[in-house]
Order: sequence, then C-alpha cells, then structure tokens
Amino acid sequence: MKSHGRPVWPVHPARGCYAGLLLLIFATLTGCSGEHLGFLDPQGPVAAAQRSHYWFVVALSMVVVLPVIVLTPWLVWRYRYGGTAVYRPRWTFSKKMEWLIWGLPFLIVAVLSYVLWTATHELDPYQPLPSAKEPLRVQVVGYDWKWLFIYPEQGIATAGKLVFPADRPLALELTSTTVMQSFFVPALGSQIYAMNNMVTRLHLAADGPGAFRGQNAQYNGKHFHEQRFTAEALEPQTFNDFVEATREAGIPMGSEHYAIFKHHSTLREAERALNGKASDGLIRFSHVPEGLFEAIVDGPLVVQALLASEPAAMAAENIPATLEAPAGAPIVPFKKEKVQ
Amino acid sequence: MSHLLDILLGRLGWDALPFWEMLQEPTTFNIINGTIVTGAASLVVFGALALVILITWFGKWRMLWSEWLTSVDHKKIGIMFIVVAFVMLARAIIEAVFMRAQQSVGLEGGFLSPEHFGEFFTTHGTIMIFFMAMPFLTGLINYIMPLQIGARDLAFPVMNSISLALTAAGAALVMVSLVLTPFSTGGWSGYPPFTESPYSPGAGVDYWIWAVTLSTLSSTMTGINFAVTIYKKRAPGMHLMRMPLFCWTALTTAILMIFGMPPLTVATALLALDRYLDFHFFTTDLGGNMMNYVNLFWAFGHPEVYILILPAFGVFSEVFSTFSGKRIYGYKTLVIATISISALSFTVWLHHFFTMGQDASVNAVFGIATMLIGIPTGVKVYDWMLTMYRGRIRLTIPMVYAIGFIMLFVIGGLTGIILANPSIDYQVHNTLFLIAHFHNMLVPGMLFGMLAGYNFWFPKAFGFRLNERWGYRAAYSWIIGFILAFFPLYALGLLGMPRRKVAFFEPAYLPWTIIAGVGALVVLFALFSLVMQLGVSIRRRSDYAAPVGDPWDGFSLEWSTSSPPPEYNFPVIPQIASRDPFLSEKDRGQAYQRPKSYANIEMPANSALGPILAVVSFLMAFGLVWYMWWLVIGGGLIGLAALIGRSFVRRTTRIIGADEVRRTHERWLDQVAHAQAIKRADERDTANQGLAVPPVEGAVQ
Repeated sequence: MKSHGRPVWPVHPARGCYAGLLLLIFATLTGCSGEHLGFLDPQGPVAAAQRSHYWFVVALSMVVVLPVIVLTPWLVWRYRYGGTAVYRPRWTFSKKMEWLIWGLPFLIVAVLSYVLWTATHELDPYQPLPSAKEPLRVQVVGYDWKWLFIYPEQGIATAGKLVFPADRPLALELTSTTVMQSFFVPALGSQIYAMNNMVTRLHLAADGPGAFRGQNAQYNGKHFHEQRFTAEALEPQTFNDFVEATREAGIPMGSEHYAIFKHHSTLREAERALNGKASDGLIRFSHVPEGLFEAIVDGPLVVQALLASEPAAMAAENIPATLEAPAGAPIVPFKKEKVQ
Repeated sequence: MSHLLDILLGRLGWDALPFWEMLQEPTTFNIINGTIVTGAASLVVFGALALVILITWFGKWRMLWSEWLTSVDHKKIGIMFIVVAFVMLARAIIEAVFMRAQQSVGLEGGFLSPEHFGEFFTTHGTIMIFFMAMPFLTGLINYIMPLQIGARDLAFPVMNSISLALTAAGAALVMVSLVLTPFSTGGWSGYPPFTESPYSPGAGVDYWIWAVTLSTLSSTMTGINFAVTIYKKRAPGMHLMRMPLFCWTALTTAILMIFGMPPLTVATALLALDRYLDFHFFTTDLGGNMMNYVNLFWAFGHPEVYILILPAFGVFSEVFSTFSGKRIYGYKTLVIATISISALSFTVWLHHFFTMGQDASVNAVFGIATMLIGIPTGVKVYDWMLTMYRGRIRLTIPMVYAIGFIMLFVIGGLTGIILANPSIDYQVHNTLFLIAHFHNMLVPGMLFGMLAGYNFWFPKAFGFRLNERWGYRAAYSWIIGFILAFFPLYALGLLGMPRRKVAFFEPAYLPWTIIAGVGALVVLFALFSLVMQLGVSIRRRSDYAAPVGDPWDGFSLEWSTSSPPPEYNFPVIPQIASRDPFLSEKDRGQAYQRPKSYANIEMPANSALGPILAVVSFLMAFGLVWYMWWLVIGGGLIGLAALIGRSFVRRTTRIIGADEVRRTHERWLDQVAHAQAIKRADERDTANQGLAVPPVEGAVQ
C-alpha cells in the first residue's frame, strides 16, 4: 500500500458484533421456556437468592467494566495516527488518575467482599433453610451412572426421581460409591460434590409443587450425560400417598436387588433389570434397612453384611416374581407440570 | 516366542490401533469414530514421514543437527519452542472444532462416541495448556528477554536446550497417542479417583501422566533459567526498574513457574505410584483421599493461570506503548500490579473447588482473595488505556489483537468476579459458564497476547515482516470467532448445562450450541489465515524485508540490533542509562553508533545433550505407558550416561573472533546507512526496511 497522506486503518468490526451479542446473552436466559433450566428462572429460595446476588455482582462490576468497553473504541478513534487530537508522547503519570484507577476497583471489591461474606454464610449449603416445618431427610448415593435416594424416616428409596413434599425443605446427605460426582438441581439451588467414603450436605427447597431437572455435573465416564433425574415437589398428601404406595409396591431392598441396581450402568439399564421394563424412569424400593447410607459410606463389605442380616431379605421371598404392584394398590400419578 | 513378544511389547496389542474396533465391530457409529481417529493418526504418520523425506531430499539433516537441534542459542531455542506451540495449536483447534460440531448436533445423540469425546476434551485441554501455551510463552520470553536486558544468552544455555527437549518429548508422546490409542478421558485436570486404575484401566491416563510430567519438569527448569538470567545477566545500567515490562512479566512468570510447577510434578508422580505400584494416595479404598490431589493440582493450577497470562500482559504493555507512539503510562504502577498479581495467585487455589463441602468462612476468605486479584488487573487495563490516551495510535495487527483483548478481557474479568462468589459458584461451577470464563481469559488474554507478540517480533527474528492482509483476516476472525464460540457458552452455563457433555436432552440448548459451532468454524478460518499469512510472507520475504531491525519505531534494546540479530546479540554490551533505552538513543540522535573497539566474544558451544535427552525421555515415557520395561531401563541408562558424559566435556564454549564480529557489525551499519528512513505512515509499506525517522521530542514521526 502506498501512502497518500493519512493512512486508512481498517475499521474494527469487533465492536458492533460484540455489543449485540452481549445484549443477547443478558436478555435471554430468564426462563421463557418453562423448563426451569437454570437459576435465572429460580424455583426455590436458594436459587432465587443466587439470582439476585448474581445480578448485583454484574451490576456493580459494570462500573469498572463498562468504561473500558465504551472508552477504548473512542480512544482508538480520537487518538488515531494522522488525527489532530493532543499528542503528549512523554506524559506517563498522573497522581489523580492513579487514585481513581486504584481507588475505584478497590471500593467496588470492598463492597463486593462484604456481600460475598454474608451471602456465602447465608447460602452455605450446610445450613438448614429457615422453615416452619421439619425438613425431609434424604440420603443421596451416587453410582456409575445413576443416583439412589434413600428416605431414612420412611424406610424407602427411589432412583430416577427425588420426590419430596413441596411445603418442606430438603436436607440432603450425599456420598458416592464410585468416583467424585456433583449433585445439581439448578432451578432449586446449589450443587455439591458427592465423594466416596465421605458425606457432604446440601439443603434445598422448592417454592411450590413442580418437577425440576437434576443431574450430575462432574464428569465420571461414558454415561455421564445420562446421569439425570427429576426432583419432584409434590402436594403433601400426594407425597404421603407416594410413600405408602412405595412401601407396599416397591422392590424390597435386599442383597440381590441392591446388587442388580448397583451393577447396571444407567438408570434405564437398572430399571429394565429390576422392573422388567424401562418405562417411567422410576425405581422404587421398600424395606430399606436402617443405616444403609452409613454402611455405603463405610464401604461395600459393610453394605453386604447389613443387607444379608436384614428382614428385607426375608420379605423378598413373599413378593410375587413379577415384581409388579399388587392389584388395587394405589399408583400415584406424578404431576408433570408445576401447579399454578 | 509369545513370551518374548510380551516382554518386548508390554501391554501394547492390536487393539491400540485406531481402526481396530471399527474392524471388529463395523457399526456405522464405530466406523465414523474409527475413521476420524484413523484420519488423525494417518496425518501424524504421513506428516512425520513427509518431513523426513523432505529433509533427506534437500540434504538438510546436517544443517538441522548442527544449527538447530544441538544449538543452545536462546533465539533458536525460542523459535523451536514456538514451532512446537503452533503445531500443537493446530491440532488442539481441530479437536475443539470436532467437540463443537458434536454439540451442535448433540441433542440426544451426535456422531462422536462418549469415549472419543472424552479423549477430545482431555487432549484439547492438555495440549492447549502444556504444549501450546507453555511452549509459546517460553519461546517468546526465550527469544526476546535476553535481547531486552542486553544479555548474550540465558544463564544456563544447555539447560534451556534440555527444557525444550522435555517439552518436545511430551508433545511427541501426545501425538503418538493418536496412533497407538487411547488417551485419557479424565480431563486436563485428571482428577482421581476417576484416573485411578479401577476406573480408567489401560494406557490412556498413563499417556497423560507422563506427558504432563515431562512438561512440568521442563517448565520448572525454564523458570529457574529465566529468573537467574534476569537477576544476573542484565547489561550494566539495566536496573530492575529500567527493564521493559515484558521482562518484568517474564521474571514474575519465572518465579511462579519455580513454585507452581513442582506441586503438579508431585501430584502426577503420586498418581503414577497409585497406578503402577498399587499405592493408595488418591484411591477410594485403604485410606486414599482424592481431596489431596485436588489441592495439589490447584496449588499448581492457579499460579499456572498467571504463568500463562502475565507474559501476554507484558506483550500488550509493549504493543500499547509502541503503537500509541507513547511511553507506557504508569510504569511503576504496572510493575507493582504485576508483582501483586503473582503474589496473590498463590492464595486463591481453593476457588476451583468451593463445592467440595468446606466451611463457609473458608470459602469466603478464598473468594475475597480471588476478587482482590481483580484490583491490580483492573489497574493494568486502565494503565493501557491511559497509554493510548493522548497518543498516536496505529491500528497494526498486534494492536488489533490488543484492542480485541482489552475489550473482551474485561468481560472475562467480570465473569471471574462472578465465579469468585462461592454462593454463585455453587450454580455455575462445572458448567459451560466456567468454560466460557477461562477461555475468555486464555483466548483474548493469553493467545491474543502471544499472536500479537508473534506479529510484533517476527521481523526481529527473521528479518522480514508478516503479510498484513492475512494477518488482519486472522486477527479479526479470531476476535469474531471467539465471541461466537464462547459467549453462547455463558448462556448455556446459566441454563445449567454441565461441561464435558457428549450429548444433551434439552432442546433449549440447541440454538446456542449451533452458534458456538459456527464460531468454531470462524476460529478454524483464523487458523487457516495464520497458515496463509506465514506462507505468503515467506514467499514474498524480499518485499517485506526489514533487515535494519526497527520496523515499528521500537523503544527497547531488541530493536537496536540487526534483524535477525547475530548469535551474540550485541557486538559490544550496551550501557543503559534510562528506561526505553533505544527510544532515548534515537531521540538524541545517538542510535546506530560505531563501537570504538571490538573484542572476542565467548559463546556457549553446541551440545548434543538436549536432543539425546529428548529421545531418551520420549522412549522412557513411551515404555512406561505400554509397560515395556526394557525400554524404560535402557533409556534411563543411556540418559544417565549422556548426563555423566556431558560433565566430562571440557570445551563448553567457543570464541567468536573480534574480526568476525567487526565484519558482521560493519556490514549491518552499512545497511543502516543506505536504508531509507520511513515515517510511521509508511510502516506497512514495502519501503519499511526497519529504519525509522527518529522521533522529535519523543513524538514519533
């Protein structure tokens, strides 16, 4: 290129592109889909608090971020080579600017730190949630590649669905029989790791009845993407019916059934092996022996010993070979949609 | 016979061949996946073969050996590091395109098998960090830093060559894993217990362990080398506070390497003990605890983030001031900010696992420490803007990268602040939001910095400028491709989509994964443009020649030498009187002075130790992966012999005579005298031979 006085520098196409996309990103995601995918469409108090904290941090940080995005293109244009703006090649320091560029970020980080400290303590997943009613205790066990939910007070267990009454918070204890996993129901709140030989805790609650997407968020092998479940908040009475039905019609949790469940890779496989078909993505266990979760934490040998000595093993003999629910037992329909 | 084969081949069998499964079970799915791997493997095999044939055809083996492989010249080693980086960059980008393509059609399916997808994200991450980013920044510092501080070489030139050898061996190991599969599926962070033998049997994780181990050993030595060089080899008068900012970032990076790399070497070594000798550091039984690994890994991993980003900050400091025709604003501030960042980088590792169940107060402390890093980083961004303020900005290719960087990087900074809040991290951890965040730091930050540096210093290293048409295309498609590929991932993360998913079941994700897929294609075009840029530039190198050595009206010492500089860099070691020494010289009309006298120069002699250790460490690692113990022992013995042999070498230096130095220098000064000085308006013209119209009162012309 030959020069003809002023050089023509190419325009910077990134600018327009960038602002448009930014808008798109922040304008969507507020959950028009009705699927309650993420915490920006919160369905429980924890996720709702996380959303407001999120927008607060975004807004406050913008004080530092926006000037860069707005002023940089202006600087590049205003002080272009060949332009007529002031040129001070030796100007390299200003005390005032120094106060501003250190002071402003410092103030913002100070405010954010205060908010961070309080929010971290308020939303500590180990803290029980404030509620008039007792939380429902559920013990969560991660397998490759499915979750088992044990309800110690009800003596039942489920896989594929985590069912709880909408008016009570959930108090979860988690462990893993295998590699590290991360239990995550985005619409309700925090995720937490489930680790072998260890117990972690998590408290969640739903605003009302509904079904929420749950998953493992920590990669653990080839069926990782299939390790999903539904967290269903039910009307209290429906929940009680569900517990009753499971007690009567569930598969007794004995050594044999436990082994079948454990050794089939995905929920679908386990369902097919235990129910004889893979239909509604739910496996129900009855006669869950007390202390099963603690035994799982202690290791497979302890589980074996516990299951071998339990009445569930005996009870299993009385169950019809088909494992179908006895005629007349109430089968509770699950609400698929959130009740408005 | 078969017993002998077992000993010879270890556990290497037919099933390691990439097309084996496809032949055994020829389902459509297997054929697609097998063809992809076989194609990649053929590329490696035929690429290597073609290289060997070409070198033989042109009879360049001797030249390659004596002038490159055994060379301990910091400039040549720097170039070789960057060559490794570019080759690995190409592979890792192609892998990224495959992953984005898979997720673009990944609603309840796709074409990649889960194992294959797992290998893709593992090799992509491992390569990008250990075999693209690390060699790139190591190469750039290697080349530029000694020139900027007025030194003739690094403090330990042979160790430098060994650093290159180990990185090259690690990179070769990752490449070989394409031919003799599989690679690990445990991600670049290789968390146990997933990477323990009960859950990941086979050679995959072992490939990963030894490749990473070689890389960390290499970087530890590099760190020592850089730090000692900066402390001990500066030219007289080059006080620490007169060093260019790139050297400051090189120093802090070197210190981070020294303290940050060993934890990972230890972690992978312990994992290897678990896998090979049945130890129980991180297993699920007999007292093992994976949390120890997670802590060790991030004790490396977080300083590593700043090892990657600080040199890029250094490049941007040089680029902003040079192309704004203005000295850097707030030099001291930038030095203080750089040091603060590197010190704070050791206090934040826990933010990588807020969700592991520790106390809220612990999480909060680490969250606040993380946000503190935002302060010096923000200050740096504003310092660069103030450098442009009242300058004369030329939008050259390095500057396009720099502008793209500064505007995109603050978005990454914002999402970093978001992630620093444990209560929000509980929602976005392990999701694509996190992936978008660290790519937002590493692509516009680290990679744009390296590419800016590549365009900036290429004329210094090779004596000709890079083609601009393809250069701009590459820069703009990097910026646009990055935005398209990664901003959708922020959205997907907020919608609760975990990372590392081969397929998904939520239709709402699909539009976003398709946009990201398009972005990946734009990035692929950027890669193509980089290749074209280099090709066109080499073909037209006489048009772009700038042998005088100062094509951008530079400020620091490297621009005061010829392009490329002589092996000894400076015929006479310069006396430094100020910051931006070359700018001051030009300003006072004292540039290109004829030295009063010349002296003999003693330079380190070539050494074969580097290439020997490259081969040996590759063979040992390969033997360890496939249980070929004879190879491990044999390689170890040869390596040991080479090390001992090296200590008996008496002539470790060679003398370059004063006459030769005079001849070379006078020839260059003649070139300077006959070159036409150009103004900045003609900077991108073929008239730019690397001689600038000297500045007037500091104002570039």
